[in-house]
Amino acid sequence: MSKGQLAAAVENAATPDVKTRLALYREMQACRMMEQRAYDLFMQNLIKGTSHLALGQEAIAAGFGVAMREDDYTFCTYRGHNHTLVRGVSMTAILGELMGRECGLLHGKGGSMHLMDVEKGAMGSYAIIGAHMPMAAGAAWSAQYRESGQVAVCFFGDGTTNIGAFHESLNFAAIWDLPVVYVCENNLYMEYTPISEVTAVPNPGADRASAYGLEPIIVDGNDADVMYAVAVAALEKARSGGGPSLLEVQTYRHGGHSRADPGKYRPDEEVAAWKARDPVVIYRQRLLDDGVDVAEIEAIEAEQSARVDAAEETAKNSGPPSLDIAETNLWADGSSTWRN
Amino acid sequence: MAQLSYREAVGAAIAQEMRRDNSVVFIGEDIAAAGGVFKATLGLQEEFGNRRVRDTPISEQAIIGAVAGAAMTGLKPIAEIMFSDFFAVCWDIVVNQIAKTRFMTDGQCSFPLVIRSANGGGSRFGAQHSQSVENWAMAVPGLKVVAPSSPADVKGLLAAAIQDPDPVLFFEQKSLYGIKGEVPDGDYVDQLGKAKVLREGSDVTIVALAAMVRHAMKAADTLQNDHGISAEVIDVRSLVPLDTTTIFESVSKTSRLVTVEENPRLCGWGAEISSLVAEELFWDLEGPIVRVTTPHIPLPSADALEDSVLPSPKKIVDAVVKLAD
Repeated sequence: MSKGQLAAAVENAATPDVKTRLALYREMQACRMMEQRAYDLFMQNLIKGTSHLALGQEAIAAGFGVAMREDDYTFCTYRGHNHTLVRGVSMTAILGELMGRECGLLHGKGGSMHLMDVEKGAMGSYAIIGAHMPMAAGAAWSAQYRESGQVAVCFFGDGTTNIGAFHESLNFAAIWDLPVVYVCENNLYMEYTPISEVTAVPNPGADRASAYGLEPIIVDGNDADVMYAVAVAALEKARSGGGPSLLEVQTYRHGGHSRADPGKYRPDEEVAAWKARDPVVIYRQRLLDDGVDVAEIEAIEAEQSARVDAAEETAKNSGPPSLDIAETNLWADGSSTWRN
Repeated sequence: MAQLSYREAVGAAIAQEMRRDNSVVFIGEDIAAAGGVFKATLGLQEEFGNRRVRDTPISEQAIIGAVAGAAMTGLKPIAEIMFSDFFAVCWDIVVNQIAKTRFMTDGQCSFPLVIRSANGGGSRFGAQHSQSVENWAMAVPGLKVVAPSSPADVKGLLAAAIQDPDPVLFFEQKSLYGIKGEVPDGDYVDQLGKAKVLREGSDVTIVALAAMVRHAMKAADTLQNDHGISAEVIDVRSLVPLDTTTIFESVSKTSRLVTVEENPRLCGWGAEISSLVAEELFWDLEGPIVRVTTPHIPLPSADALEDSVLPSPKKIVDAVVKLAD
């Protein structure tokens, strides 16, 4: 694709069909309800440790989740519950993992920051900023080498654009024309600090794109139709040999950085303005305005509400992991043996 | 048997495995068109093409991240980190991503990859291109750690490392690239986790790795000829998995242990072996366990200085004679 074609593809994208739009709404509601439930379970001390919720950022995960091919790869960060869920990963297994239960996705060995389900193409959540960016390039290189047509999608925050792995990965992906889509979720804060205070350019993703010969593009990350359109365009570009993309998607997290952070450093009016642009609420209203029957929307809401209730119930009833697994699966033979 | 140099054995092992398995690929800085700064990978790009043997930018995080992602998704990649000191710039990917992810996900994925690197001193390169860092790797759960001392071991152990389903850090001692030795003809694959008794003896066990093995063998000659001390020399070859059986059998027989390490003193691999022997073979010992190491310093550059601080045959002889007194 030549310069500006991703932006043009988004601008010219037809409104998705109703089935797709309902799928986008379903994924967003699933993410929203699961994250809210995770928050509630924290408050009940049923989830320990830390957790980084993505309430308010659901449209990004949903747009890609619906647009991606089943065998595509996702790499995400510790704020990765949503990106994992939208690949078709079991909600029970995700909540179970957050709660440290036997039924957890990783049987309690990973926790909130390391969700992964290889069978679903969810290639992991990584908690060292930027580390997963070259790994996504590697998966894309593997797909290119095997001529499998798969694409790797890598989600990261605005703060990641200031770490070295960001630069190395984008240059590497660009010179090898790798089928990888880098998605910078700019929620305006790197942890507790405004990204603008610690970044030399106003747009942390887009303003760096030209350094790698990539199209600078900024899209509304709170608009599920836009996210779907840009995901389709970037995935198609990658799949057809057009190489990597770097998308800056603007969004906002409704809560703090992590469980420990109430997010008080953010001005009240800023929070209120972004909450008025809640991606789930906006999309619900848009579907109604476009003539979707309210009964269909309510059915999705009831279905997802029942899903999260059932997931919580199953996870709560699941016991702690067997202590027998604590020293297993370091090596491919299942052991952790280092001597004879 | 063919005579190959240590550096030729590197290329021979990679070529052997690339012919056998199309999922083996190899990337690194200057490894393809130039054949490597140590010329250990000459000719591989000609034989296997740019798709499988590929030059990268100076981007160690990208290189190691890329082989991690490729290993998770069906390839068996090999990466070169030109000098092992440079592991420091990509250590996160090695220890936090590659080493931990299989465990964290309770076995959902594996990392069948090899990272080769030129390790160790003796080449007058100064502190940032000379350190022996195999002990860094040994301290990380989830990494296998191999360091060959001969061309035959380079070929057999590198082939085994490439076939291994787990991540292997393969430390080539850069001062050994020029040495020659007999290497078995045809496909040759050794086994990780097996130490080798290179010389049998009855009075003391000397355990060494990589370049230190040659020093230990020379010291054993001197000990026999000048002091009448019969030294058994063991080449550890693989720190993880560690062949404690071979080491313990020897120490049970000789009752004395000297380890010879090139890494700086603190937390070197010899300390771990000493601790294991002290804990499990204490009553078989007739004297203290002695470690010969580089002092706890970065390596200096000038030949006289570098030689004065690295372990040498004379230092090993002195340590053993003192122990046997």
